Amino acid sequence: MSDPVLVLRNVTRVHGVGETRVHALRGVSLTVSAGELVAVMGPSGSGKTTLLTLAGGLDAPTEGEVMVEGTVLGDLSRKALAGLRRRSLGYVFQDLNLIPALTAAENVMLPRELDGVPARTARDEAAAALEQVGIAVLADRFPDDMSGGQQQRVAIARALIGDRRLVLADEPTGALDSETGEAVLRLLRARCDAGAAGILVTHEARHAGWADRVVFLRDGVVADQTRPPDVVESLLADNTST
Amino acid sequence: MYGYQLRLEFEASTGSTWPLNVGQVYTTLGRLERDGLVRAVDTAEEGQRTYAITDAGRAEVRAWFATPVSRESPPRDELAIKLALAVNAPGVDVPAVIQAQRTATVEALQAYTRLKSASADGDLSWLLVVDSLIFAAEAEVRWLDHCETRLVRHRRPDRRPITGTADVTGRQEARR
Repeated sequence: MSDPVLVLRNVTRVHGVGETRVHALRGVSLTVSAGELVAVMGPSGSGKTTLLTLAGGLDAPTEGEVMVEGTVLGDLSRKALAGLRRRSLGYVFQDLNLIPALTAAENVMLPRELDGVPARTARDEAAAALEQVGIAVLADRFPDDMSGGQQQRVAIARALIGDRRLVLADEPTGALDSETGEAVLRLLRARCDAGAAGILVTHEARHAGWADRVVFLRDGVVADQTRPPDVVESLLADNTST
Repeated sequence: MYGYQLRLEFEASTGSTWPLNVGQVYTTLGRLERDGLVRAVDTAEEGQRTYAITDAGRAEVRAWFATPVSRESPPRDELAIKLALAVNAPGVDVPAVIQAQRTATVEALQAYTRLKSASADGDLSWLLVVDSLIFAAEAEVRWLDHCETRLVRHRRPDRRPITGTADVTGRQEARR
């Protein structure tokens, strides 16, 4: 495997204490390498979102460790963790969290500005990121003046700006129609093909289809996962030919 | 058009998902000719017969496009049959059966998606066929999720050490 960007090692997360203790994850190990898109599927309560928040350093494991590009997140100070999150990680959440008072370009460049990048550079990077998601012309629009699909693209551009190495997506297609949703998945796929590592949490198998590997979570453990493409392709070759 | 060309056109549109036997094409053309839906217009030196559609044939094609595909007798579904039998068969780990199928179906879905992304600007007909395979696989996964949920609700009582009442309830429900 090429270089691992994200490593979860024997990660357990327990919420609550005593009688209300809930094991959201139990001893989960997962490695996502550069260029790889991994989809995580499972029923609600299986630990999908917990896994994503741990991978993104938004929450800390009860046991085990989370490493991003070789750095154990638990070893970092709050400030260092926040810096790493801004530089290495991109998030696309179900609710887009776009700031209504900022234009598309301003929303996208915000994480870079927070990181101390000069405004001019941040603006250029934002333009490039918006270009990449196909809405360069909407740079000066406000979120309220855009369709749901366009807003989603802004959120993705924000997750991609500044060459993030790890992209975390939680149901990124939200309520988009199937074709716009597919365009979003294509973007995520392209980003991983260009060298990022990606995790996609979804309950839609059609979206998981874009991943290199699909991990099935159940009651906080990895219940199963798909085999590598070449293995599957040779099995399918008997039924479907191109 | 002659038989071989028809076969090529069909396979180009459907991405060879349903390979067509050329013999089958000629038999069908023979039947269509018998019924007056096509007529032979020419026979080339190599013995290839060229066919043209007749007015009656055109009307038949229009009618075919205008009529919904019949859903009256559902095709045999081995997976539905397998699960229907598994829930009552002794010693079968039904959740494991469901998960194994889910993984296999998602793997197929990934393979279809790779086909699709490899032909991003591909032929529209072919894209529609791949999408059909993808949506069918997705529906299967959703149905498997549903089966699993239903199974959990249904099975919960008799997971406990078997008591007379739980056993009776279980059987009655299974018979429904």
